[in-house]
Amino acid sequence: MASTIRVRATSSGETTEVQALIQHPMDSGFIKDSKGELIPPHFIQQLTFEYNGKPVFTADWGGGVSKDPYVKFAFKGGKKGDELKVSWVDNKGATDTTTAKIQ
Amino acid sequence: MKLRSTIQFAAAAFALALLAFAAPPAVSADKVDPVADEKAFKKFFYDKFPKLKPEDFVNGPYSMDADLYKQWQDKEQFPPYEFSLELGKEMFSKPFKNGKTYGDCFPNNGIGIRQDYPTFDEKEGKVITLELALNRCREANGEPAFSYVRDEMAALTAYMAFTSRGKPFNIKVPNDPRALAAYENGKEYFYTRRGQLNFSCATCHVQSPGEKVRTEVLAPALGIVNAMPIYRSEWNGMGTTSRRFTTCNSQIRGVPLTPQDDEYRNVEYYLSYVSNGLPISGPGARP
Amino acid sequence: MTNTDNGFSATRRLILQGAGAVALVGLGNLPFGLAPAFAAANDKYPEEAFKQKSEADAIKSLYGKTAEVSDKVKMDAPEIAENGAVVPVSVTTTLADVTSISFLVAENPVALVASYKIPAGTMPSVANRIKMAKTSNVIVVVEAGGKLYSATKEVKVTVGGCGG
Repeated sequence: MASTIRVRATSSGETTEVQALIQHPMDSGFIKDSKGELIPPHFIQQLTFEYNGKPVFTADWGGGVSKDPYVKFAFKGGKKGDELKVSWVDNKGATDTTTAKIQ
Repeated sequence: MKLRSTIQFAAAAFALALLAFAAPPAVSADKVDPVADEKAFKKFFYDKFPKLKPEDFVNGPYSMDADLYKQWQDKEQFPPYEFSLELGKEMFSKPFKNGKTYGDCFPNNGIGIRQDYPTFDEKEGKVITLELALNRCREANGEPAFSYVRDEMAALTAYMAFTSRGKPFNIKVPNDPRALAAYENGKEYFYTRRGQLNFSCATCHVQSPGEKVRTEVLAPALGIVNAMPIYRSEWNGMGTTSRRFTTCNSQIRGVPLTPQDDEYRNVEYYLSYVSNGLPISGPGARP
Repeated sequence: MTNTDNGFSATRRLILQGAGAVALVGLGNLPFGLAPAFAAANDKYPEEAFKQKSEADAIKSLYGKTAEVSDKVKMDAPEIAENGAVVPVSVTTTLADVTSISFLVAENPVALVASYKIPAGTMPSVANRIKMAKTSNVIVVVEAGGKLYSATKEVKVTVGGCGG
């Protein structure tokens, strides 16, 4: 199956800008379906970005983050061709991990 | 009562007679003239929005409101239709059980051809939309048809639109009475009021683009199909042209037709034709 | 997001009336507390902070202190959200030694939306897309040098239905 994580990491020489889009329903637990039943909460709780084995960014998320969540940040360093490791875990214990090459 | 209606009838007849006189002698009012329609349609929108460039119209409400435009630009950095687009690409290149592919059903293997649809099939005498052509391709290769309003069809058309991005709509209405009739029927559908709200497509998308229904900025009809399929935040997902038409009809509290009904095909034909020359921008994102 | 208000505002009102404890117990039945042990060597997920209704309680739970308003925290958010389901909000700051940035929506069922840890070497600047149940203040809190700074902006949210 294709990864749920899309990453674009671009180095400008001094810094690396990272954008990620993740396929996830991010159900908050407060929305009802068409039958009027609450859709149980199902959202990513933690998303981490690691470079050279060290976290460069960690997101703690609740159900208030949009469906197919997006995040953008930047860190100092990062070379073209180096790898960035991205992983998430949701409130049901599901996880996904990918590595992206810095462009 | 009787007298009154007689007077009304007489008045109406008189008015009609006047009209007949007023009409320019050479052009009869019911002549189907797509070329003149397209010109008048575009002029209407260009006059209404003098600051917009023609290609801005394909971005719908985002071209009409600065705050919306900025939110759209933010979203486009990593657009919400990205996953659908990738799925569509994967589906498109994966062979059917018989080994054939979607590409085998289309000119140029289906790449960069979205701007040519809908086409008029002179053998069949009917309008063929891209969605219809895709399902016919599936059926011809022994695969079941997809729902016209669901994600698979949106993904396939998203990918095909993407390969045509920037290419100008190139819809042809051949000089065939059936093609002209289909075009005219689509135009008529577009301008006919229906539903409990008694709205036509044009009420919102010709008369009031840039204005708000409740709180949402209405898209101009010019360029509206160029962006299809669209990811709508309101839908929390993708929608095809078929989905857009059926939900429009529901929103005006009318009864939607079956997707790919002749009339829907004709209205897509009309709308696409009058947007000729404007670039394909699909897949799009909308509020 | 169209159904967001269903049932929830009632809960919120109850809490405002002082029946918070009861409501929280009720929420406990949702599988909110099933956060698995996260394998990576990161800080723990701030479970409690993501259960708080009000932004003040969430900030207190997350940081144990209160924030002061600072014009060095620059938030970019729309005046009117095109759709409450997807509201692009970003923040950047000139403050030094930033260690975390959090986004809160005062009128959401759960005020805390996202909290980002900013290690040394990462820029104090984040963009994300958040949900808003209705018109509300959006609050950004920046933790810098051990102190909290905030910026607030009202974003109008209207319910979808027509248009496009």
